[in-house]
Amino acid sequence: MSTSSETTAPAAAVPAPTSAPRLTGATAPGARLRFDAAVLGRPGAPVLHDVTLDVRPGEILTVVGPSGCGKSTLLRTLAGLLAPLAGSVEQDGRPLTGPSADRALVFQEDALLPWRTLRGNVELPLAIQGVPRSGRREQAGSWLARVGLDAQAKQLPHRVSGGQRQRAQLARALAGSPRAVLMDEPFGALDAQTRSGMQDLLVEVLRGTGATVVFVTHDVDEALFLGDRVALLAAGRVASVRDVPRPRDRGALDDPARVALRRAVLSSLGT
Amino acid sequence: MTRHPLGRYALRLVALLTALGLWQLLTALDVDIWLRFSQFPTVTDVTHAFAGRLTGSDYWTDLTDSLTRILSGFLLAAVLGVAVGVLVARSRLAEDLLGPVLEVVRPIPAIALVPVAILLFPSNEQGIVFITFTAAFFPVLVSTRHAVRALTPVWEEAVRTMGGGRWRILGSVVLPGALPGIFGGLSVGIGVSWICVISAEMISGQYGVGYRTWQDYTVVDYPGVFVGMVTIGVLGWVTSTAVELLGRRLTRWLPRTSYVPGGRSRSAVLPATAPVPGPVVVKAEGDSQYQSDAQQQGSGETEQEARDEHLV
Repeated sequence: MSTSSETTAPAAAVPAPTSAPRLTGATAPGARLRFDAAVLGRPGAPVLHDVTLDVRPGEILTVVGPSGCGKSTLLRTLAGLLAPLAGSVEQDGRPLTGPSADRALVFQEDALLPWRTLRGNVELPLAIQGVPRSGRREQAGSWLARVGLDAQAKQLPHRVSGGQRQRAQLARALAGSPRAVLMDEPFGALDAQTRSGMQDLLVEVLRGTGATVVFVTHDVDEALFLGDRVALLAAGRVASVRDVPRPRDRGALDDPARVALRRAVLSSLGT
Repeated sequence: MTRHPLGRYALRLVALLTALGLWQLLTALDVDIWLRFSQFPTVTDVTHAFAGRLTGSDYWTDLTDSLTRILSGFLLAAVLGVAVGVLVARSRLAEDLLGPVLEVVRPIPAIALVPVAILLFPSNEQGIVFITFTAAFFPVLVSTRHAVRALTPVWEEAVRTMGGGRWRILGSVVLPGALPGIFGGLSVGIGVSWICVISAEMISGQYGVGYRTWQDYTVVDYPGVFVGMVTIGVLGWVTSTAVELLGRRLTRWLPRTSYVPGGRSRSAVLPATAPVPGPVVVKAEGDSQYQSDAQQQGSGETEQEARDEHLV
């Protein structure tokens, strides 16, 4: 909770914004996601074994691990694009049956529809939910404003920068007011400076949505900055889940507890 | 070499006129060097014949008949080709059921279906439309199938995770995403359609440009034959240009390479040519474009690209 100065005006136009701070349970509309002894992967090619993980409503859980360790598989299973090969995956106690607007997925890159303008892309989840045209336009506009893209609303995705495309993806994911946002290395292709700006933006934009976030990354510092908890994947398993001291606080970088955690995470990843 | 759009049109016109001039030269001089041009009608003969035809009513009946046939056949092929192509690409069941039949029928030249058409349809007219349809159907089908299969999976996954169902994916991802490929098939299809409508008319038609051309040949009216050929050429060119332009309009979102033929040399050369008094008009026009490009990079560029591309 670093900056509280900008609880921006457009937030008023956003559907049902709860101003409850993160992690205050009761009223938060975030989804609870659970893996129970799950085996994940494509049929015939399991990648992750014995996954037991509880994602609490409204928390940000970051998932780190070397590339190819199954981070994306974990996320795609949560999105409902992959079915677990064994065990169970549940949302709020009910097994997942497929993709749903409840759980938005943000991809690493180029998941915007290239023939739609940025606004057209953000309007899409609203159109799917049956929001009438004028409401769609207004809500999409306010989301684009929140991610700082009002000037680019009418541009096609390939006409804007990579960072702007990812901001538009974020707006698109949140516009459908999902109860969980699943992010698959969304800032992985961005340069360091853009990336840290995007992290701040993400924190800012998520505030008040109450959505549960599962954020996959291979960048340990990103994981420790964003996550309430961080899950470590290694050798085809969830190696451990650790609480992060002072999450989303840029000043916590020198915090001894954080430094110790960072060292522990890095050594368990074998780097 | 001027790179201005008008200059390019002029160049194209010059190319066309040169071809006509060569024709006139070879035929008027009755050149006979292995290739025999002595029996050939000259450009002026053909022009006179053309002028004569234009004033008669038969020519226009032929024209509208041929156009009606090709448009009905082609539109049917476009709709069904896209529908079947999407179906085969998206459904394994459809692929197994329709695939073998389609693959066996596909290699048969549409014009070889004339006997089938004669047996099948009560009227010649419907038979010709059927043949035209078959000709365009397969290119559209095949390119649609490929385009749908080549779609980026992430687009579909994104829409599914927004809660979009089958029809939403079809309308918001599959059709728009496959459109560039579909138009490739339509462009090929319209060309093949012309070949087949003319051939079918020659074989079994009453009226129509193909029928008239063949009639003229049987009565040894060679200038008349050439009038028919020129008509076919122009009609074919106009219709395929229409398909091409529609395609470009509908797929404007495609990221194009930033290289525009002539675009680079324009911006690079302009400052140097500024003092040259010669191409004043060209320069002024080019300059203003250059500035507007710089001012509003986005839209300015696209317009310029679009305009260059519209020179089909």
